[in-house]
Amino acid sequence: MTVNFYGKDFSSRLLIGTALYPSPAIMQQAIRASGAEIVTVSLRRESAGGRVGNQFWDLIRELNVAVLPNTAGCRTVQEAVTTAELARELFGTPWIKLEVIGDDETLQPDPLGLVEAAGILMKDGFEVFPYCTEDLTVAQRLRDLGCQVIMPWAAPIGSARGITNREALKLMRARLPDVTLVVDAGLGAPSHAAEAMELGYDAVLLNTAVAKAADPVAMAKAFRLAVDAGRAGYEAGLMGPRDFASPSTPVVGTPFWHAVS
Amino acid sequence: MHVIVNGRETTVAARDIAGLIAEMDYEFTQLAIAVNQRVVPRGRWAETALNAGDKIEIITPRQGG
Repeated sequence: MTVNFYGKDFSSRLLIGTALYPSPAIMQQAIRASGAEIVTVSLRRESAGGRVGNQFWDLIRELNVAVLPNTAGCRTVQEAVTTAELARELFGTPWIKLEVIGDDETLQPDPLGLVEAAGILMKDGFEVFPYCTEDLTVAQRLRDLGCQVIMPWAAPIGSARGITNREALKLMRARLPDVTLVVDAGLGAPSHAAEAMELGYDAVLLNTAVAKAADPVAMAKAFRLAVDAGRAGYEAGLMGPRDFASPSTPVVGTPFWHAVS
Repeated sequence: MHVIVNGRETTVAARDIAGLIAEMDYEFTQLAIAVNQRVVPRGRWAETALNAGDKIEIITPRQGG
């Protein structure tokens, strides 16, 4: 089954970043191995006479994937809104991964700035992918603004900790059944991605866990398999946990049952 | 004229954005431009005049997560 982002269907439920790879060639190979159909990119100042942006953009275009630009590094509503407008001009897409950072050490999203910026951008015709914490009320406000995609973190960006607040992510899934929910940031291992998918999340977005692996191409494939396995598990319907043992082998007919010594 | 390009004070002869792009050798680059925090679409570069002290951001695609 496909996953929908603002009216467009995709087969892959893994979104992947383009940063921190050992080389441009490995970036391309890893993205291909991941099966991702959507990659995140950023925009930065170009020095006079520079061709850095063009060289990177040529590599991305060769991959034939959808591009999700971000507002990484923005700390105010104004910075984020202007960066989003630049991204729309530069990449020709209304999609924007909206980041408004509130704390430098944890890169924790600023929920107040995020909601304000999302409101401005949604009214201006953007299709916003807000990067948020696991706070349910913030997610509900984003949904009320028209966001069809919401992306709570698992843990701080690049931390590789995995899902640190599982109950809150479960609650968000249950309370926002019609929103495309993506676990974004903080995943370190394929098992973390599988866990997010088993919780019913529609997709995961990651970068560092693949780019900083000893073998990024192999790790990209591992995440691809984990995302598929986790989603398949969710669709198959997981049984709930129990407090006590329940034998799987039939009890009736057990040899020596009720035997008296 | 003194303007600020990507945070650096710069002296240019150009009188509009299109002229600035040519003068600073940005012509063949995939880029977007904001002047004083407002995006100037590519189609309006030639008609957008520069003023002394303008803060110009010249932006291109980069790796991102």
